[in-house]
Amino acid sequence: MSAAVETRDTMGALAAAKYKYGFTTEIAMEAFPKGLNEEIVRLISSKKDEPEWLLAWRLKAFAQWQKMAEPQWARVQHPPIDYDNLYYYAAPSGPAPKSLDEVDPSLLEMYEKLGIPLNERAALAGVESPTVAVDAVFDSVSVATTFRETLAKSGVIFCPISEAVRTHPELVREYLGSVVPAGDNFFAALNSAVFSDGSFVFIPRGVRCPMELSTYFRINARNTGQFERTLIVAEAGASVSYLEGCTAPMRDENQLHAAVVELVALDDAKIKYSTVQNWYPGDADGKGGIYNFVTKRGACRGRNSKISWTQVETGSAITWKYPSCILQGDGSVGEFYSVALTHHHQQADTGTKMIHIGKNTTSTIISKGISAGQSNNTYRGLVKIMPGASGARNFTQCDSLLIGDECGAHTVPYIESRNASAKVEHEATTSKIAEDQLFYCRARGLSEEDAVGLIVNGFCKDVLKELPMEFAVEAQKLLSVSLEGSVG
Amino acid sequence: MTALPTRKLEAWRYTDLRALSAISFTAPASPPTPLSLPDLAIPRLVFLNGIFAPHLSSELSFLQPFTPVAEHSAQPLTQINAEHAQAGMTLLIPPGVDAGSVLLVSQASGGSMAFHPRHRITLGAGARLTLIEVAQGDGVYWHNPVMDITLADDAALAHYRLQDESREAFHLATIRADLAKTASYESFTALLGGQISRAEFHVRLQGTGGHAHINAALLLGGSQLGDITSVITHAAKGCTSRQTVKSVLSGAARGVFQGRIEVDRIAQKTDGYQMTQALLLSDTAEMDIKPELQIFADDVKCSHGATIGALDAEQLFYLRSRGIAPDDARAMLIRAFLTEALESVTSEPALAMFETEFAQFQAAR
Repeated sequence: MSAAVETRDTMGALAAAKYKYGFTTEIAMEAFPKGLNEEIVRLISSKKDEPEWLLAWRLKAFAQWQKMAEPQWARVQHPPIDYDNLYYYAAPSGPAPKSLDEVDPSLLEMYEKLGIPLNERAALAGVESPTVAVDAVFDSVSVATTFRETLAKSGVIFCPISEAVRTHPELVREYLGSVVPAGDNFFAALNSAVFSDGSFVFIPRGVRCPMELSTYFRINARNTGQFERTLIVAEAGASVSYLEGCTAPMRDENQLHAAVVELVALDDAKIKYSTVQNWYPGDADGKGGIYNFVTKRGACRGRNSKISWTQVETGSAITWKYPSCILQGDGSVGEFYSVALTHHHQQADTGTKMIHIGKNTTSTIISKGISAGQSNNTYRGLVKIMPGASGARNFTQCDSLLIGDECGAHTVPYIESRNASAKVEHEATTSKIAEDQLFYCRARGLSEEDAVGLIVNGFCKDVLKELPMEFAVEAQKLLSVSLEGSVG
Repeated sequence: MTALPTRKLEAWRYTDLRALSAISFTAPASPPTPLSLPDLAIPRLVFLNGIFAPHLSSELSFLQPFTPVAEHSAQPLTQINAEHAQAGMTLLIPPGVDAGSVLLVSQASGGSMAFHPRHRITLGAGARLTLIEVAQGDGVYWHNPVMDITLADDAALAHYRLQDESREAFHLATIRADLAKTASYESFTALLGGQISRAEFHVRLQGTGGHAHINAALLLGGSQLGDITSVITHAAKGCTSRQTVKSVLSGAARGVFQGRIEVDRIAQKTDGYQMTQALLLSDTAEMDIKPELQIFADDVKCSHGATIGALDAEQLFYLRSRGIAPDDARAMLIRAFLTEALESVTSEPALAMFETEFAQFQAAR
């Protein structure tokens, strides 16, 4: 599918439905019994044919998790989560597909509905060269990864992490948990114990990944928690751009999504990680929706390495997410570009941490929060300059936009500097859409909703321009759709 | 005694009071011989080791007798104060009266004493007062004052605080101000002394059109820790708040600024601004900043800015290229930085006092 056709389809479909991803797919499913105990952890591990060390790692994480309590510091409220009333593993039943031809056609159809180009043959037969390789994760397992051969030619490994454990155990063992330790926090520990799948990316020394890599996450089954784990390693001089998209069906009950993403960048390596998070946000009365409790962290271990996070968060009933950078290598660069939009009863508590350890490290934080309806939107971030980080630089800008008088916008930055030669700058503003901007647009014949959409897109421009082309268009449209009904 | 707060409490995450809890304090003994008193030509009230010293104080018609504190506070330090307060200044300015300027002096001399004065200031509608507060002393002691301020409609209080306690002392002050319609509270605090010091402000703008200025400067060296914490609540329409905190830190000093602007749902047309800037003059100095916005109304204009860094290399270069010696150039830039901090001080005696103190700080560096 060409980008233009895809864009047109996406826009058409988005215009048609408020949450177009709300369908469910009827597929024969296999699930383990509800609840969480050591037995379930062992079952998941044996289901995946995992080596002994990984089972031991999971069990250790599980033991740690049992001693931990849910974090209470975020500005989010939800009824207690009953961890015993969740399925920790759900997968389409039957043997794992060997190739795309063996994938359940109804699954392919679902991804077609989502507009995810899984069918690589079509693209290969076409005149255009492929630009995006996709790994699709359905509930607990990865169902298909495209363009693996093309990638393998340049030495790039892109496969489900469960497969990488078998085919590249030394790599997984070296890096898994090296950025987000198993006991890092409550949700990371839970993920470490029960993660079922996710993507593994390894870009060898000096390789620039020939195409953008992408993972689509889909929660389909009822009462299922999704716990995917993504690990991306870029060796010295390597670079990769990775896109992540997420959807879920509309359901009345809340569903838990507790993912962990770890990035490792060695000398001169670059990782760009873009997310369009569009999990089901619940209905207008705040019923249902995904609890998105995610730990994302990147380690710039090498000199002059760079990790860039870009996120557009419009979905989920609750978002609890702080993509962070540990700037260890001298001259390394961390970036965080974020748009978080909340409407109706959504709650978002999101931001980043930039830990400056190496000399001449720089970080940039641009965060745009938009609150509408009765929602609450919080930016929470930390910039920490360690004593050794001479010459470090940080620039932070957090802007909040309020639409309507029943929502809340909050900014909670922590800034800690222990090096005199470091320079830290932070600015934050909160305002509403200016009357004169609205008037200007209305005077030129735009409806109030279109005008708000236009102004919001302008407000977010600094972030949206960081997104790869494929995502930028979708993200803009998503913002407008998510705001429907917020004015007038 | 109520336990001291620990760093596990979010409000105390940057200020560790373990050094304070390690000392066993005694109640203040009889007042010591006073140190030299600040030389300001305005009426004064003097407290020695937390005890009122009438012989050193001026007669003020609006000074009221101290009454015991009946309060149960969720804030540990205010609660400790409530449990132990035995003295304090109570000022009651009748409506429409301009009470001029008053100097409040607190002096202490060592001996591991703790004192917890409770000061109360009430201004009637349209009343005015300028209060200059100086805290100084010798040796180890703990000064834990709480000041409650109530401002009726149109009342205006200008409040200047110089904390110049002994380098071994602990100074933990809580200032609470409630403002009615179009009342104005303007304050400037300079933290210079103390081993650990904190000035914590809780300001509630409860009437339309109220106005609060909470400015401060931290001038610290050695292993001092100075903390400015503020919560400004906009609980009515059309109020403004302004906050500027400037820090100059040398040695292994640590500066802390935690400022929160809260805007209630009803507080439309709020205008809130907060700026904090820190100069780190040594490799071991540290600044921790947490400027928070918590906003529940949409028609508001709130912003904050923060910068931390060394002296600007370009500005230094500019001065040096004009033949100014490096040390002089640095001193000049620091002086300029601090002069800006004093811009909001409108009372002449207060301004003169702060300028002298800041010059001494620079000379000692």
